Amino acid sequence: MASSLIPAGDFRTSYAVDTTIFPTVTSRNFAIAGVVLCALAPFALNDYWMSMLIAIGIYGIAALGLNVLLGFTGQISIGHAAFFLFGAFTSAYLSTKMAIPAFFAIPLSGVATALIGLVFGLPAARLKGLYLAIATLAAQYILLDFFARAEWFSGGSVPATAEPFSIFGYTLSGDHQYFYVVLVYVVVSFLLVTNLMRTRDGRALIAVRDHYLSAEIMGINLTYYRTLSFGIAAFFAGIGGALYAHYQLVVSYEGFGIERSVLFLAMVIIGGLGSVMGTLMGTAFVVLLPEAMEWLSAALRGGVIDQTLGLKNNITFVREIAIGAIIIAFLVFEPDGLAHRWHQIKAYWKFYPFSH
Amino acid sequence: MNTQLLIQLLVNGLVVGTLYGVVAMSFVLIYKATQVVNFAQGELLLVGAWVCWALMIKYQVPFYLAMPITMVFMFAFGILVQLVFMRPMIGEPIISVIMVTVALSTVLQAAMKWIFGVNPQPFPQVFASQSVSVLGLQIQTVYVMSLIVSVAMIAGMAWFFQSSKHGLAMRATAFNQQVAQSLGISVKSVFAMSWAISATVSAVAGVVVAAVNGVSSGLSIYGIKVFPATILGGLDSIGGAVLGGIIIGLLENFAQFIDGEYLHWGNLYEVAPFYVLIIILMIKPYGLFGTKDIERI
Repeated sequence: MASSLIPAGDFRTSYAVDTTIFPTVTSRNFAIAGVVLCALAPFALNDYWMSMLIAIGIYGIAALGLNVLLGFTGQISIGHAAFFLFGAFTSAYLSTKMAIPAFFAIPLSGVATALIGLVFGLPAARLKGLYLAIATLAAQYILLDFFARAEWFSGGSVPATAEPFSIFGYTLSGDHQYFYVVLVYVVVSFLLVTNLMRTRDGRALIAVRDHYLSAEIMGINLTYYRTLSFGIAAFFAGIGGALYAHYQLVVSYEGFGIERSVLFLAMVIIGGLGSVMGTLMGTAFVVLLPEAMEWLSAALRGGVIDQTLGLKNNITFVREIAIGAIIIAFLVFEPDGLAHRWHQIKAYWKFYPFSH
Repeated sequence: MNTQLLIQLLVNGLVVGTLYGVVAMSFVLIYKATQVVNFAQGELLLVGAWVCWALMIKYQVPFYLAMPITMVFMFAFGILVQLVFMRPMIGEPIISVIMVTVALSTVLQAAMKWIFGVNPQPFPQVFASQSVSVLGLQIQTVYVMSLIVSVAMIAGMAWFFQSSKHGLAMRATAFNQQVAQSLGISVKSVFAMSWAISATVSAVAGVVVAAVNGVSSGLSIYGIKVFPATILGGLDSIGGAVLGGIIIGLLENFAQFIDGEYLHWGNLYEVAPFYVLIIILMIKPYGLFGTKDIERI
């Protein structure tokens, strides 16, 4: 979608230029500067902000997978939270029961989640339309029931524990150190997906989204690419979940119901369907929104608005309503999400004062 | 083997299944007329049940008045939802429309919790006697009432689509929107009407469930159970939806029986329909009565 926003007069004369990751030198420098800035963040920020950044990173990776499915391939998953949780439990299981170090357990649980995703995705991915949405809804309920039941795997009603992340015999402790693990995974994941979109496979996914019939006539195997896309989505959900497990060190299935899956959808929609960087913006938005509402309600505490609405006791519900309302508002008024808004702002300054 | 328990559970299954059938029917109604997969169907039940509860408890309205008021309210509510949320989405990709309904269900769910609290509330007694004896089985009166209301709604719906002018207009729109429009049918009002009728029927089902189990946010699970039922019956078949609902209801209770007597896994009751859903998608994705033009790709 982003490519359709290239302003007039910006000509590209070769395929190499058209498929480059960074359209300009400045944008590449900005991206590198962003990563460096993030790497320096632990020296400047306190624990609270580090935990926010880690949450954005972890959920951002999972949301990125969902964006590959939703934004690039045009399929819905309403069970993303269950796959995220499966990755978390798998990594916890591998690290505690099988004594596999977290360093290897995280990618392994990504693969395991992709496989379990295919169990649910295969029957639906070969059908067009909304069947994947319904199958993943079933997956959400079946997997959560499984976690509540399988004591050998997830501990049942007792939360499962995970080993802390260690590398070369050095065990990381605290948010400030774990942040670097998340940062590395975020950078690698986002580079992987950006590069995926420059390959034949990535273009095939977009073709499947835009016009599946034309795509099939051009020789794209629809079943293969829909399944592949679903596998990628589940893989990143698993990676995100595994990072979550080694961050929290305790994994419980509570709080990962369908509302959490809706949150993942919200991240992708708010960020921008089919925008890699937008995913990160959307995730930041969704992670920081409850915090912002918390500050707001703290600021209003004791006032007239607080008294009439009973904000203090009902903040969770207000938050849920806000999330839902924001999803609807974005879908109705800004279907391309924050990424689109960002492009417009950039275009405005690029052509200032002659914006067209 | 405990035959008595089995029969009791199967009767339960029939009653609950018929309710699933009614909700599935109103789900298919929206799907057929507007091509929208409504993930907020369960919340329509919830809103209807809470409104009726509030009328009866908070405002002391008798049941025979509260019920029609609830139905009128939900009729208007359905039109409102269609006007405000669904009409701007006409022509948008199907996934965006689905996500609007998903978000809508989140909003309604949270709003109901905000207004009415999280605790389940008992529904006021509608019938005096507790249970009647049918063929040696003790069956609660509310169950009998629930079955009668469900069958009446299904029959009413069948009449509506077979004989009434609006019903025929809806079927024509579902068949082909452009042709329907050229014949003088207002597609917009058909869309609004389908949401209104669906919301009203769901609300009646919601009140019936509430009369049996009390009102709580757990009611919205009926909207989720719609998916196994409609996939089983065929996504675009109203008769199939009813039958699918009954089968799912019976199957749930049968699963509970097997679970309670032999397996002792616990909770099989709740997930069994979803296993059925996955199996149906594997072997017969267009369901028992659905149109077979789903392209296999």
